[in-house]
Amino acid sequence: MISLKRIIKSGWSALTRNMALSIATVFIMTTVISLVTFLYFLSPVTDILIADVEQKVDVSVYFKEDALEEDIFQIKSEVAKIEEVDNVEYVSKDQAFETFVEKHKNDPVLIESLTEVGYNPFLASLSIKAKEATQYEQIVSFLEAGQFKDFIDKVDYYQRKPVIDKVYSFTAGVNKIGIGFSIIFGIIAVLIAFNTIRIAIHNSNNEISTMRLVGASNWFVRGPFLVQGIVVGFAAALIALLLTLGITLAIDGKIKMIIPNVSTFNIFTGHIFILFLIQVLTGVGLGVVSSLIAIRKYLKI
Amino acid sequence: MSGEPIIALDGVSFQIGEKEFVSIVGKSGAGKTTLLKLILAEEEPNQGEILFQGQNIYQIKKSHLPRYRQKIGTVFQDYKLFPAKTVYENVAYVMEVMGASDQDVERDVCQVLDLVGLAEKACNFPNELSGGEKQRVSLARAFVHRPDVILADEPTGNLDPYNTFDIIKLLIKIYKLGTTVILATHDKEVINSLGKRVITLDQGRVVRDEKRGRFML
Repeated sequence: MISLKRIIKSGWSALTRNMALSIATVFIMTTVISLVTFLYFLSPVTDILIADVEQKVDVSVYFKEDALEEDIFQIKSEVAKIEEVDNVEYVSKDQAFETFVEKHKNDPVLIESLTEVGYNPFLASLSIKAKEATQYEQIVSFLEAGQFKDFIDKVDYYQRKPVIDKVYSFTAGVNKIGIGFSIIFGIIAVLIAFNTIRIAIHNSNNEISTMRLVGASNWFVRGPFLVQGIVVGFAAALIALLLTLGITLAIDGKIKMIIPNVSTFNIFTGHIFILFLIQVLTGVGLGVVSSLIAIRKYLKI
Repeated sequence: MSGEPIIALDGVSFQIGEKEFVSIVGKSGAGKTTLLKLILAEEEPNQGEILFQGQNIYQIKKSHLPRYRQKIGTVFQDYKLFPAKTVYENVAYVMEVMGASDQDVERDVCQVLDLVGLAEKACNFPNELSGGEKQRVSLARAFVHRPDVILADEPTGNLDPYNTFDIIKLLIKIYKLGTTVILATHDKEVINSLGKRVITLDQGRVVRDEKRGRFML
Protein backbone atom coordinates (compact mmCIF):
# COMPACT_ATOMS: atom_id res chain seq x y z
CA MET A 1 0.00 0.00 0.00
CA ILE A 2 2.81 2.37 0.99
CA SER A 3 4.59 1.44 -2.28
CA LEU A 4 1.47 2.17 -4.33
CA LYS A 5 1.14 5.57 -2.67
CA ARG A 6 4.81 6.30 -3.43
CA ILE A 7 4.50 5.10 -7.03
CA ILE A 8 1.47 7.36 -7.62
CA LYS A 9 3.18 10.31 -5.95
CA SER A 10 6.36 9.75 -7.93
CA GLY A 11 4.46 9.47 -11.24
CA TRP A 12 2.45 12.60 -10.50
CA SER A 13 5.47 14.71 -9.54
CA ALA A 14 7.41 13.51 -12.63
CA LEU A 15 4.42 14.61 -14.73
CA THR A 16 4.11 18.07 -13.15
CA ARG A 17 7.86 18.73 -13.08
CA ASN A 18 8.28 17.93 -16.79
CA MET A 19 5.32 20.11 -17.71
CA ALA A 20 6.44 20.91 -21.27
CA LEU A 21 6.89 17.24 -22.16
CA SER A 22 3.63 16.32 -20.41
CA ILE A 23 1.67 18.98 -22.32
CA ALA A 24 3.23 17.87 -25.61
CA THR A 25 2.30 14.24 -24.85
CA VAL A 26 -1.26 15.19 -23.88
CA PHE A 27 -1.56 17.23 -27.09
CA ILE A 28 -0.43 14.31 -29.27
CA MET A 29 -2.65 11.85 -27.40
CA THR A 30 -5.58 14.25 -27.87
CA THR A 31 -4.91 14.23 -31.61
CA VAL A 32 -4.80 10.43 -31.62
CA ILE A 33 -8.04 10.12 -29.63
CA SER A 34 -9.72 12.70 -31.90
CA LEU A 35 -8.73 10.56 -34.86
CA VAL A 36 -10.34 7.52 -33.22
CA THR A 37 -13.41 9.65 -32.40
CA PHE A 38 -13.65 10.68 -36.06
CA LEU A 39 -13.64 6.99 -37.03
CA TYR A 40 -16.34 6.36 -34.44
CA PHE A 41 -18.49 9.09 -36.01
CA LEU A 42 -17.80 7.91 -39.52
CA SER A 43 -19.70 4.69 -38.93
CA PRO A 44 -23.15 6.11 -37.85
CA VAL A 45 -22.89 8.92 -40.41
CA THR A 46 -22.27 6.49 -43.28
CA ASP A 47 -24.99 4.20 -41.92
CA ILE A 48 -27.47 7.08 -41.94
CA LEU A 49 -26.29 8.12 -45.38
CA ILE A 50 -26.63 4.59 -46.73
CA ALA A 51 -30.04 4.07 -45.07
CA ASP A 52 -31.20 7.40 -46.46
CA VAL A 53 -30.28 6.44 -50.01
CA GLU A 54 -31.66 2.92 -49.62
CA GLN A 55 -34.91 4.34 -48.25
CA LYS A 56 -35.49 6.09 -51.55
CA VAL A 57 -35.37 2.82 -53.46
CA ASP A 58 -38.27 0.39 -53.77
CA VAL A 59 -40.02 -1.77 -56.36
CA SER A 60 -43.69 -1.59 -57.20
CA VAL A 61 -45.77 -4.59 -58.24
CA TYR A 62 -48.81 -3.57 -60.32
CA PHE A 63 -51.83 -5.84 -60.36
CA LYS A 64 -54.17 -6.55 -63.27
CA GLU A 65 -57.47 -4.65 -63.47
CA ASP A 66 -59.44 -7.74 -62.47
CA ALA A 67 -57.30 -8.63 -59.42
CA LEU A 68 -59.46 -8.64 -56.29
CA GLU A 69 -58.44 -6.61 -53.28
CA GLU A 70 -58.52 -9.73 -51.06
CA ASP A 71 -56.12 -11.52 -53.43
CA ILE A 72 -53.79 -8.55 -53.24
CA PHE A 73 -53.99 -8.56 -49.44
CA GLN A 74 -53.14 -12.24 -49.42
CA ILE A 75 -50.15 -11.58 -51.69
CA LYS A 76 -49.16 -8.71 -49.40
CA SER A 77 -49.12 -10.96 -46.34
CA GLU A 78 -47.14 -13.63 -48.23
CA VAL A 79 -44.59 -11.05 -49.42
CA ALA A 80 -44.28 -9.65 -45.91
CA LYS A 81 -43.21 -13.10 -44.74
CA ILE A 82 -40.13 -13.06 -47.01
CA GLU A 83 -37.09 -12.55 -44.85
CA GLU A 84 -35.44 -10.04 -47.17
CA VAL A 85 -38.50 -7.77 -47.20
CA ASP A 86 -38.37 -4.78 -44.91
CA ASN A 87 -41.76 -3.22 -45.63
CA VAL A 88 -44.77 -3.78 -47.95
CA GLU A 89 -47.31 -1.07 -48.59
CA TYR A 90 -50.61 -1.48 -50.44
CA VAL A 91 -51.60 1.34 -52.76
CA SER A 92 -55.19 0.98 -54.00
CA LYS A 93 -56.44 2.26 -57.37
CA ASP A 94 -58.15 5.19 -55.60
CA GLN A 95 -55.07 6.08 -53.58
CA ALA A 96 -52.92 5.99 -56.72
CA PHE A 97 -55.45 8.31 -58.41
CA GLU A 98 -55.49 10.76 -55.46
CA THR A 99 -51.70 10.80 -55.22
CA PHE A 100 -51.45 11.59 -58.93
CA VAL A 101 -54.02 14.39 -58.69
CA GLU A 102 -52.34 15.86 -55.62
CA LYS A 103 -48.93 15.69 -57.27
CA HIS A 104 -50.06 17.32 -60.49
CA LYS A 105 -52.74 19.72 -59.25
CA ASN A 106 -50.80 22.65 -60.72
CA ASP A 107 -50.65 21.04 -64.15
CA PRO A 108 -54.11 21.59 -65.67
CA VAL A 109 -53.26 19.77 -68.92
CA LEU A 110 -52.55 16.51 -67.13
CA ILE A 111 -55.59 16.81 -64.86
CA GLU A 112 -57.80 17.58 -67.90
CA SER A 113 -56.54 14.59 -69.84
CA LEU A 114 -57.22 12.39 -66.83
CA THR A 115 -60.80 13.68 -66.76
CA GLU A 116 -61.14 12.96 -70.49
CA VAL A 117 -60.18 9.31 -69.95
CA GLY A 118 -63.37 9.01 -67.95
CA TYR A 119 -62.25 6.26 -65.58
CA ASN A 120 -59.48 5.58 -63.07
CA PRO A 121 -56.61 4.27 -65.23
CA PHE A 122 -54.30 3.53 -62.33
CA LEU A 123 -53.60 0.02 -61.14
CA ALA A 124 -53.52 -1.19 -57.56
CA SER A 125 -49.97 -1.94 -56.46
CA LEU A 126 -47.71 -3.15 -53.68
CA SER A 127 -44.72 -0.99 -52.90
CA ILE A 128 -41.96 -3.27 -51.56
CA LYS A 129 -38.81 -2.19 -49.73
CA ALA A 130 -36.01 -4.71 -49.25
CA LYS A 131 -33.66 -4.66 -46.28
CA GLU A 132 -30.70 -4.28 -48.63
CA ALA A 133 -30.34 -3.10 -52.21
CA THR A 134 -28.96 -6.48 -53.32
CA GLN A 135 -32.10 -8.36 -52.29
CA TYR A 136 -34.57 -6.91 -54.84
CA GLU A 137 -33.68 -9.46 -57.48
CA GLN A 138 -34.60 -12.37 -55.18
CA ILE A 139 -37.91 -10.76 -54.18
CA VAL A 140 -38.86 -10.07 -57.76
CA SER A 141 -38.04 -13.59 -58.91
CA PHE A 142 -40.16 -14.95 -56.04
CA LEU A 143 -43.12 -12.89 -57.26
CA GLU A 144 -42.68 -13.68 -60.95
CA ALA A 145 -42.19 -17.40 -60.47
CA GLY A 146 -44.71 -18.01 -57.71
CA GLN A 147 -48.43 -18.70 -57.59
CA PHE A 148 -49.24 -14.99 -57.85
CA LYS A 149 -47.91 -14.36 -61.34
CA ASP A 150 -51.40 -14.49 -62.87
CA PHE A 151 -52.49 -11.48 -60.82
CA ILE A 152 -49.45 -9.40 -61.65
CA ASP A 153 -49.53 -6.96 -64.53
CA LYS A 154 -45.91 -5.78 -64.24
CA VAL A 155 -43.06 -5.27 -61.84
CA ASP A 156 -41.13 -2.06 -62.32
CA TYR A 157 -37.88 -3.59 -61.05
CA TYR A 158 -36.26 -3.71 -64.46
CA GLN A 159 -36.83 0.00 -65.06
CA ARG A 160 -35.32 0.72 -61.64
CA LYS A 161 -32.53 -1.85 -61.79
CA PRO A 162 -29.83 0.60 -62.95
CA VAL A 163 -30.68 2.93 -60.04
CA ILE A 164 -30.71 0.03 -57.55
CA ASP A 165 -27.36 -1.23 -58.85
CA LYS A 166 -25.91 2.27 -58.46
CA VAL A 167 -27.20 2.43 -54.88
CA TYR A 168 -25.66 -0.95 -54.19
CA SER A 169 -22.24 0.01 -55.56
CA PHE A 170 -22.45 3.36 -53.69
CA THR A 171 -23.17 1.71 -50.31
CA ALA A 172 -20.53 -0.96 -50.88
CA GLY A 173 -18.03 1.78 -51.83
CA VAL A 174 -18.81 3.89 -48.78
CA ASN A 175 -18.41 0.85 -46.54
CA LYS A 176 -15.09 -0.07 -48.12
CA ILE A 177 -13.78 3.49 -47.79
CA GLY A 178 -14.93 3.53 -44.15
CA ILE A 179 -13.15 0.29 -43.31
CA GLY A 180 -10.03 1.41 -45.21
CA PHE A 181 -9.98 4.76 -43.37
CA SER A 182 -10.47 3.01 -40.04
CA ILE A 183 -7.57 0.62 -40.58
CA ILE A 184 -5.15 3.26 -41.86
CA PHE A 185 -6.04 5.88 -39.24
CA GLY A 186 -6.11 3.25 -36.52
CA ILE A 187 -2.56 2.15 -37.37
CA ILE A 188 -1.38 5.77 -37.60
CA ALA A 189 -2.98 6.56 -34.23
CA VAL A 190 -1.33 3.62 -32.48
CA LEU A 191 2.08 4.37 -34.02
CA ILE A 192 1.94 8.07 -33.08
CA ALA A 193 0.92 7.31 -29.49
CA PHE A 194 3.51 4.56 -29.09
CA ASN A 195 6.36 6.64 -30.51
CA THR A 196 5.48 9.69 -28.41
CA ILE A 197 5.61 7.65 -25.22
CA ARG A 198 8.68 5.74 -26.39
CA ILE A 199 10.56 9.01 -26.89
CA ALA A 200 9.39 10.32 -23.50
CA ILE A 201 10.61 7.12 -21.79
CA HIS A 202 13.83 7.04 -23.83
CA ASN A 203 14.67 10.46 -22.31
CA SER A 204 14.61 8.75 -18.91
CA ASN A 205 16.64 5.65 -19.83
CA ASN A 206 19.64 6.64 -17.65
CA GLU A 207 17.34 7.24 -14.70
CA ILE A 208 15.68 3.87 -15.23
CA SER A 209 19.09 2.12 -15.22
CA THR A 210 20.07 3.95 -12.04
CA MET A 211 16.80 2.99 -10.38
CA ARG A 212 17.52 -0.65 -11.13
CA LEU A 213 21.13 -0.37 -9.91
CA VAL A 214 20.15 1.16 -6.57
CA GLY A 215 17.77 -1.73 -5.95
CA ALA A 216 14.34 -0.76 -7.30
CA SER A 217 12.11 -3.64 -8.40
CA ASN A 218 10.75 -3.61 -11.96
CA TRP A 219 7.29 -2.59 -10.72
CA PHE A 220 8.69 0.27 -8.66
CA VAL A 221 10.42 1.55 -11.82
CA ARG A 222 7.48 0.89 -14.15
CA GLY A 223 4.80 2.17 -11.81
CA PRO A 224 5.38 5.93 -12.11
CA PHE A 225 5.50 5.67 -15.92
CA LEU A 226 2.19 3.78 -15.91
CA VAL A 227 0.69 6.45 -13.64
CA GLN A 228 1.85 9.09 -16.12
CA GLY A 229 0.36 7.07 -19.00
CA ILE A 230 -2.98 6.83 -17.20
CA VAL A 231 -3.09 10.55 -16.29
CA VAL A 232 -2.02 11.67 -19.77
CA GLY A 233 -4.52 9.30 -21.41
CA PHE A 234 -7.37 10.45 -19.18
CA ALA A 235 -6.57 14.16 -19.62
CA ALA A 236 -6.33 13.70 -23.40
CA ALA A 237 -9.68 11.83 -23.43
CA LEU A 238 -11.34 14.65 -21.50
CA ILE A 239 -9.95 17.31 -23.86
CA ALA A 240 -10.96 15.20 -26.88
CA LEU A 241 -14.52 14.92 -25.50
CA LEU A 242 -14.78 18.70 -25.11
CA LEU A 243 -13.31 19.16 -28.59
CA THR A 244 -15.86 16.69 -30.00
CA LEU A 245 -18.67 18.59 -28.29
CA GLY A 246 -17.45 21.89 -29.77
CA ILE A 247 -16.91 20.49 -33.27
CA THR A 248 -20.22 18.60 -33.46
CA LEU A 249 -22.05 21.76 -32.36
CA ALA A 250 -20.16 23.93 -34.84
CA ILE A 251 -20.66 21.71 -37.90
CA ASP A 252 -24.16 20.44 -37.06
CA GLY A 253 -25.97 23.07 -39.17
CA LYS A 254 -23.62 22.74 -42.13
CA ILE A 255 -23.84 18.94 -42.20
CA LYS A 256 -27.66 19.14 -42.01
CA MET A 257 -27.65 21.34 -45.11
CA ILE A 258 -25.79 18.64 -47.04
CA ILE A 259 -27.35 15.53 -45.45
CA PRO A 260 -30.66 16.54 -43.81
CA ASN A 261 -30.98 13.29 -41.82
CA VAL A 262 -27.60 13.58 -40.12
CA SER A 263 -27.23 15.57 -36.92
CA THR A 264 -23.67 15.30 -35.63
CA PHE A 265 -24.70 16.89 -32.34
CA ASN A 266 -27.48 14.30 -31.86
CA ILE A 267 -25.04 11.49 -32.62
CA PHE A 268 -22.71 13.01 -29.99
CA THR A 269 -25.36 13.36 -27.27
CA GLY A 270 -26.84 9.97 -28.09
CA HIS A 271 -23.47 8.24 -27.75
CA ILE A 272 -21.76 10.46 -25.17
CA PHE A 273 -21.15 7.73 -22.56
CA ILE A 274 -19.92 5.05 -24.94
CA LEU A 275 -17.91 7.70 -26.80
CA PHE A 276 -16.20 8.91 -23.62
CA LEU A 277 -15.56 5.30 -22.63
CA ILE A 278 -13.92 4.64 -26.01
CA GLN A 279 -11.88 7.83 -25.69
CA VAL A 280 -10.72 6.99 -22.15
CA LEU A 281 -9.95 3.39 -23.08
CA THR A 282 -8.04 4.55 -26.16
CA GLY A 283 -6.07 7.17 -24.21
CA VAL A 284 -5.38 5.16 -21.08
CA GLY A 285 -4.95 1.89 -22.99
CA LEU A 286 -2.45 3.36 -25.45
CA GLY A 287 -0.66 5.20 -22.63
CA VAL A 288 -0.31 2.11 -20.45
CA VAL A 289 0.47 -0.43 -23.18
CA SER A 290 2.97 1.89 -24.92
CA SER A 291 4.69 2.59 -21.57
CA LEU A 292 4.89 -1.11 -20.75
CA ILE A 293 6.40 -1.95 -24.15
CA ALA A 294 8.74 1.05 -24.29
CA ILE A 295 10.15 0.58 -20.78
CA ARG A 296 10.78 -3.15 -21.17
CA LYS A 297 14.20 -2.88 -22.80
CA TYR A 298 15.53 -0.54 -20.12
CA LEU A 299 14.62 -2.95 -17.33
CA LYS A 300 16.96 -5.71 -18.52
CA ILE A 301 19.81 -4.34 -16.39
CA MET B 1 30.25 -3.77 -36.98
CA SER B 2 31.96 -5.93 -34.37
CA GLY B 3 35.69 -6.19 -33.86
CA GLU B 4 37.75 -8.65 -31.88
CA PRO B 5 36.29 -9.42 -28.45
CA ILE B 6 38.07 -7.54 -25.68
CA ILE B 7 38.90 -9.39 -22.46
CA ALA B 8 38.21 -6.80 -19.74
CA LEU B 9 39.16 -9.02 -16.78
CA ASP B 10 41.15 -12.23 -16.81
CA GLY B 11 41.99 -14.58 -13.94
CA VAL B 12 41.04 -12.03 -11.29
CA SER B 13 40.64 -13.55 -7.83
CA PHE B 14 40.65 -11.91 -4.40
CA GLN B 15 38.62 -11.76 -1.23
CA ILE B 16 37.38 -8.72 0.65
CA GLY B 17 36.50 -9.05 4.31
CA GLU B 18 33.70 -7.39 6.24
CA LYS B 19 34.29 -3.74 7.29
CA GLU B 20 37.35 -3.49 5.05
CA PHE B 21 38.43 -0.45 2.98
CA VAL B 22 39.84 -1.56 -0.36
CA SER B 23 40.99 0.56 -3.25
CA ILE B 24 41.07 -0.81 -6.77
CA VAL B 25 43.59 1.11 -8.84
CA GLY B 26 44.72 0.96 -12.41
CA LYS B 27 45.00 3.02 -15.57
CA SER B 28 41.92 3.83 -17.62
CA GLY B 29 40.82 0.60 -19.29
CA ALA B 30 42.49 -1.62 -16.67
CA GLY B 31 39.08 -3.13 -15.78
CA LYS B 32 38.15 -1.23 -12.58
CA THR B 33 34.66 -0.22 -13.71
CA THR B 34 33.99 -3.67 -15.20
CA LEU B 35 34.92 -5.22 -11.86
CA LEU B 36 32.46 -2.99 -10.00
CA LYS B 37 29.77 -3.69 -12.61
CA LEU B 38 30.30 -7.41 -12.04
CA ILE B 39 29.94 -6.96 -8.28
CA LEU B 40 26.69 -5.04 -8.83
CA ALA B 41 25.47 -7.80 -11.20
CA GLU B 42 25.15 -5.20 -13.95
CA GLU B 43 27.37 -7.40 -16.11
CA GLU B 44 27.89 -11.15 -16.07
CA PRO B 45 31.30 -12.85 -16.55
CA ASN B 46 31.80 -15.52 -19.20
CA GLN B 47 33.53 -17.64 -16.59
CA GLY B 48 34.00 -17.56 -12.85
CA GLU B 49 31.88 -16.44 -9.94
CA ILE B 50 31.53 -13.70 -7.38
CA LEU B 51 30.46 -14.74 -3.91
CA PHE B 52 28.71 -12.21 -1.72
CA GLN B 53 28.20 -13.35 1.86
CA GLY B 54 28.74 -16.89 0.59
CA GLN B 55 26.23 -16.71 -2.27
CA ASN B 56 27.13 -16.77 -5.96
CA ILE B 57 25.51 -13.56 -7.15
CA TYR B 58 24.95 -14.89 -10.67
CA GLN B 59 22.67 -17.56 -9.29
CA ILE B 60 20.38 -14.93 -7.78
CA LYS B 61 17.01 -14.90 -9.59
CA LYS B 62 16.33 -11.73 -11.58
CA SER B 63 13.34 -10.97 -9.37
CA HIS B 64 15.61 -11.13 -6.27
CA LEU B 65 18.34 -8.90 -7.73
CA PRO B 66 16.84 -5.70 -6.24
CA ARG B 67 17.13 -7.17 -2.73
CA TYR B 68 20.81 -8.03 -3.37
CA ARG B 69 21.51 -4.57 -4.76
CA GLN B 70 19.87 -2.97 -1.73
CA LYS B 71 22.76 -4.43 0.32
CA ILE B 72 25.15 -2.35 -1.76
CA GLY B 73 25.32 1.43 -2.03
CA THR B 74 26.83 2.73 -5.25
CA VAL B 75 28.54 6.05 -5.92
CA PHE B 76 29.00 6.78 -9.61
CA GLN B 77 31.59 9.05 -11.23
CA ASP B 78 28.83 10.88 -13.11
CA TYR B 79 26.62 10.97 -9.95
CA LYS B 80 23.55 9.49 -11.73
CA LEU B 81 21.14 11.61 -9.69
CA PHE B 82 17.47 11.74 -10.70
CA PRO B 83 17.16 15.19 -12.32
CA ALA B 84 13.42 15.59 -11.65
CA LYS B 85 13.75 14.76 -7.93
CA THR B 86 14.96 17.08 -5.19
CA VAL B 87 18.04 16.29 -3.10
CA TYR B 88 15.77 14.92 -0.35
CA GLU B 89 13.83 12.74 -2.82
CA ASN B 90 17.04 11.45 -4.43
CA VAL B 91 18.36 10.31 -1.07
CA ALA B 92 14.99 8.99 0.10
CA TYR B 93 14.47 6.90 -3.06
CA VAL B 94 16.32 3.76 -1.95
CA MET B 95 14.55 3.72 1.42
CA GLU B 96 11.20 4.16 -0.32
CA VAL B 97 12.06 1.30 -2.66
CA MET B 98 12.81 -0.84 0.39
CA GLY B 99 9.42 -0.02 1.89
CA ALA B 100 10.64 1.95 4.93
CA SER B 101 7.99 3.94 6.78
CA ASP B 102 7.64 7.68 6.11
CA GLN B 103 8.93 8.49 9.60
CA ASP B 104 12.04 6.33 9.15
CA VAL B 105 12.68 7.83 5.73
CA GLU B 106 12.45 11.36 7.09
CA ARG B 107 14.66 10.64 10.11
CA ASP B 108 17.42 8.80 8.18
CA VAL B 109 17.45 11.14 5.18
CA CYS B 110 17.80 14.20 7.44
CA GLN B 111 20.60 12.47 9.38
CA VAL B 112 22.57 11.51 6.31
CA LEU B 113 22.10 14.94 4.70
CA ASP B 114 23.55 16.40 7.89
CA LEU B 115 26.45 13.96 7.62
CA VAL B 116 27.30 15.12 4.08
CA GLY B 117 26.61 18.78 4.96
CA LEU B 118 23.69 19.30 2.59
CA ALA B 119 20.74 19.65 4.98
CA GLU B 120 20.04 23.16 3.76
CA LYS B 121 19.93 22.00 0.10
CA ALA B 122 17.31 19.31 0.70
CA CYS B 123 14.74 21.04 -1.52
CA ASN B 124 17.11 21.89 -4.36
CA PHE B 125 17.22 19.99 -7.63
CA PRO B 126 20.49 18.42 -8.89
CA ASN B 127 20.95 21.07 -11.62
CA GLU B 128 21.15 23.70 -8.85
CA LEU B 129 24.17 22.00 -7.21
CA SER B 130 27.93 22.11 -7.83
CA GLY B 131 29.83 18.97 -8.84
CA GLY B 132 31.07 18.39 -5.29
CA GLU B 133 27.56 18.78 -3.88
CA LYS B 134 26.16 16.38 -6.45
CA GLN B 135 28.72 13.78 -5.46
CA ARG B 136 27.87 14.25 -1.77
CA VAL B 137 24.18 13.67 -2.62
CA SER B 138 25.19 10.54 -4.52
CA LEU B 139 27.15 9.39 -1.45
CA ALA B 140 24.21 10.17 0.84
CA ARG B 141 21.91 8.14 -1.44
CA ALA B 142 24.38 5.24 -1.38
CA PHE B 143 24.64 5.25 2.40
CA VAL B 144 21.21 6.27 3.68
CA HIS B 145 19.90 2.71 3.99
CA ARG B 146 23.07 1.53 5.78
CA PRO B 147 24.19 -1.01 3.13
CA ASP B 148 26.81 -3.67 3.87
CA VAL B 149 29.06 -2.42 1.09
CA ILE B 150 29.70 0.90 -0.61
CA LEU B 151 30.97 0.71 -4.20
CA ALA B 152 32.53 3.98 -5.31
CA ASP B 153 33.47 4.10 -8.98
CA GLU B 154 35.88 7.00 -9.56
CA PRO B 155 33.83 9.21 -7.22
CA THR B 156 36.39 12.02 -7.42
CA GLY B 157 37.00 11.77 -11.16
CA ASN B 158 35.11 14.99 -11.94
CA LEU B 159 36.05 16.95 -8.81
CA ASP B 160 38.66 19.54 -7.82
CA PRO B 161 41.21 18.63 -5.08
CA TYR B 162 39.19 20.34 -2.32
CA ASN B 163 36.01 18.40 -3.14
CA THR B 164 38.02 15.23 -3.77
CA PHE B 165 39.29 15.12 -0.19
CA ASP B 166 35.86 16.05 1.09
CA ILE B 167 34.43 12.94 -0.56
CA ILE B 168 37.31 10.72 0.61
CA LYS B 169 36.85 12.00 4.18
CA LEU B 170 33.17 11.04 3.97
CA LEU B 171 34.03 7.58 2.64
CA ILE B 172 36.42 7.07 5.57
CA LYS B 173 33.68 8.25 7.96
CA ILE B 174 31.27 5.71 6.45
CA TYR B 175 33.96 3.00 6.67
CA LYS B 176 34.51 3.84 10.34
CA LEU B 177 30.77 3.46 10.94
CA GLY B 178 31.26 -0.21 9.98
CA THR B 179 30.66 -0.36 6.23
CA THR B 180 32.88 -2.15 3.71
CA VAL B 181 34.11 0.34 1.12
CA ILE B 182 35.39 -0.59 -2.33
CA LEU B 183 36.86 2.45 -4.03
CA ALA B 184 37.92 2.37 -7.70
CA THR B 185 40.19 5.26 -8.62
CA HIS B 186 43.30 6.30 -10.51
CA ASP B 187 43.97 9.24 -8.20
CA LYS B 188 47.54 8.75 -6.90
CA GLU B 189 47.30 11.28 -4.05
CA VAL B 190 44.09 9.79 -2.73
CA ILE B 191 45.55 6.26 -2.63
CA ASN B 192 48.80 7.33 -1.02
CA SER B 193 47.00 9.31 1.68
CA LEU B 194 44.68 6.45 2.60
CA GLY B 195 47.23 3.87 3.71
CA LYS B 196 44.73 1.02 3.20
CA ARG B 197 44.61 -2.16 1.12
CA VAL B 198 45.23 -1.56 -2.60
CA ILE B 199 44.51 -4.00 -5.42
CA THR B 200 46.23 -2.94 -8.62
CA LEU B 201 44.83 -3.99 -11.98
CA ASP B 202 46.68 -3.87 -15.26
CA GLN B 203 45.14 -4.97 -18.56
CA GLY B 204 42.45 -6.89 -16.72
CA ARG B 205 44.74 -8.80 -14.37
CA VAL B 206 45.57 -8.31 -10.68
CA VAL B 207 49.24 -7.35 -10.60
CA ARG B 208 49.48 -6.35 -6.93
CA ASP B 209 47.42 -6.79 -3.76
CA GLU B 210 48.99 -5.02 -0.74
CA LYS B 211 47.62 -4.54 2.78
CA ARG B 212 48.91 -0.97 3.09
CA GLY B 213 49.47 -0.22 -0.50
CA ARG B 214 50.61 2.77 -2.48
CA PHE B 215 49.87 3.92 -6.00
CA MET B 216 52.34 2.17 -8.28
CA LEU B 217 51.71 1.63 -11.98
